Amino acid sequence: MRQIAIYGKGGIGKSTTMQNTVAALTELGKHILVVGCDPKADSTRLLLHGLAQKTVLDTLREEGEDVELDIIIKEGFGGVRCVESGGPEPGVGCAGRGIITAINLLESLGAYTEDLDFIFYDVLGDVVCGGFAMPIREGKAREIYIVASGEMMALYAANNICKGIKKFASGGARLGGIICNSRKVNNELELLTAFAGKLGSQLVQFIPRDNVVQRAEINKKTVIDYDPREKQAEVYRDLANNILGNEKFVVPNPLQEEELESLLMEFGLVGV
Amino acid sequence: MLEATPKEIIPRKALRINPAKTCQPIGAMYAALGIHRCLPHSHGSQGCASYHRMHLTRHFRDPVMASTSSFTEGASVFGGSSNLRQAIKNIFHIYNPDVVAIHTTCLSETIGDDVPSIIRSAQELIPEGKHVIHANTPSYVGSHITGFANMTVGMVRCLAKKNNADISCRINIIPGFVEPGDIREIKRLVRLLEIPGNIFPDTSDVLDSPMTGRLNFYPEGGARVETIEASGSAEATVSLGSFSSLPAALELNVRYGVEVVSLKVPIGIEATDRFVMRLLALSGRKTPPVELAKERGRLVDLMTDTCYQYQGKRVALFGDPDLVIPMTEFLLSLGMQPVYCLTGTPGRKFVEEIKRICDRRVPDLRVEAGADLFLLHQWIKNEKVDLIIGNTYGKYISKAEGIPLVRYGFPILDRIAYPYFPNVGYGGAMRLLEKISTALLDKQDAEASDEQFELVM
Ligand code: SF4
Repeated sequence: MRQIAIYGKGGIGKSTTMQNTVAALTELGKHILVVGCDPKADSTRLLLHGLAQKTVLDTLREEGEDVELDIIIKEGFGGVRCVESGGPEPGVGCAGRGIITAINLLESLGAYTEDLDFIFYDVLGDVVCGGFAMPIREGKAREIYIVASGEMMALYAANNICKGIKKFASGGARLGGIICNSRKVNNELELLTAFAGKLGSQLVQFIPRDNVVQRAEINKKTVIDYDPREKQAEVYRDLANNILGNEKFVVPNPLQEEELESLLMEFGLVGV
Repeated sequence: MLEATPKEIIPRKALRINPAKTCQPIGAMYAALGIHRCLPHSHGSQGCASYHRMHLTRHFRDPVMASTSSFTEGASVFGGSSNLRQAIKNIFHIYNPDVVAIHTTCLSETIGDDVPSIIRSAQELIPEGKHVIHANTPSYVGSHITGFANMTVGMVRCLAKKNNADISCRINIIPGFVEPGDIREIKRLVRLLEIPGNIFPDTSDVLDSPMTGRLNFYPEGGARVETIEASGSAEATVSLGSFSSLPAALELNVRYGVEVVSLKVPIGIEATDRFVMRLLALSGRKTPPVELAKERGRLVDLMTDTCYQYQGKRVALFGDPDLVIPMTEFLLSLGMQPVYCLTGTPGRKFVEEIKRICDRRVPDLRVEAGADLFLLHQWIKNEKVDLIIGNTYGKYISKAEGIPLVRYGFPILDRIAYPYFPNVGYGGAMRLLEKISTALLDKQDAEASDEQFELVM
């Protein structure tokens, strides 16, 4: 069983990328559990064709500590098992604790069955506090992919996430690579390749911008579900294959601030 | 005192009044004290550790040593990793225990400190041959019983090994959240049954250590580290109490395939019978030792001689699930009516088990888990009982309603010697019966008019 955590700055297209990749993996007959770790609870929307999910934390709040597994796990596209941890509304409570609680509960209820090939954690934004690092604690996800783009803030966030991974390296957490979800920034491919290289890692996939992703999304579907013959579907299949065959897992070397800036400068972003 | 408690019961979700439980780390600390030369360490701010130590000290009337990570505002923002590293260093340097047992608190849990990773990164600070074990004990989950269970699981995870070289017929016994006196008695029973048994955690001779005139930072008692290490190669684990002990037994089963024998804490005649018979089966002997048979005979004799004193009496019983469950069974064997059974520890299993035990024998049965003493009081106001059985916190209801209280469970803060005398075993059952009868007869005496006042009762 491979446990994979997907991190990245908010709004980068992390959930979309993850769900499309998962859809591609189901085409290869893989059994997958997706754990959404975002209070917005939209990590499994495309797989489930809508926000049909009752979150773990809502269930916990309503039912007390005796939660049943089948209330919180829903089967989606290609038989993927979907869970949303859920969490508080913006500005109240503690979302980080929510993730810890949800994952502990899933473990104790026995959601991590032997037949699973993959567990995907989709984690909101940055590793902002201890709770957001829960998916990469010891015995959990050892493989981490960061979704980024050529935009400066996305790279800053990716670099910060690498600092988090480095911290958890003693528990076995490793960076599997960077996924570029293109924003059509100049020299994006070169910039991201260089950035990944500096981290000691690799660019696992470049995902060009394509409106079909949005069209599929409006229909609450992944591209592979919406129209499997689309060119973009191939891109996600490539990404799935690259993850499947990936053997390069590293403790990343996060960049110093100046280093990151000069990298951006070099590829003609800052200062234009 | 509790005159304001209304009779009408309104369903409550978010409010607990006079809880029937306390916080997880108390259980974890108590369990940790059951390891020889172990210093419990509270990973959180100082107030937690002071409260936990004080609560245990008030019950046991013995010093309870523990250290703390002493969180400040800074630690809560930046994580408690450097505090814990410093603590590990200082503890071994200054207090030199063999084991440090770290439990978390609400704060360190909420900020998400990953204690196992911190410990791993602090390996160089742990002297050769010493151990650091840990358990996650957020207080907003479960109760002190959950904390006890979690720390016992932590002992198995961090210390137990499988050592095939010496496969001797050994039985692990996990006694649950019971008193040092109980553990001493369980050990005596195990000895009588001639079973090579290892018991952990073992707080006898730790929290009831004799006065020698010298303060010993680490008293003589406690399970030896080797004992816990060897638990992985035992034949079976006898877990007493499904809430406090079963999780560790299951852990030993999953990790090392050690068979699980899940029993109730041997309180009352039936639970003790089952305990004796199961251990007998494990020992391979056919008949119980004569001495035990005699003890049992004395208990049966006492029960039959005095049954008119307590038969049919209605009882409100509250406390920790693993103590309330066998007590319910015992009250039924005495022909009493345990009409209200309540625990503060959450868990549907408790409700199911009590209902199963009572079956149809208690028509007025009310049972609730995760509940509070306010609710118990309301039940009593609606339909009186003759006796309350529970910990010290029951004294307020007892006074308000004029119903005698038999002190039973944790904590007992207002009467002495509770931890010393066992509730378990046939002798323990005799003692409980004595207390129950005495409480009922004292009340009868106190309220009797001159012509009803009896010499012989
Ligand atoms: S903060 Fe939590 S751990 Fe500390 S004393 Fe209060 S309930 Fe217990």
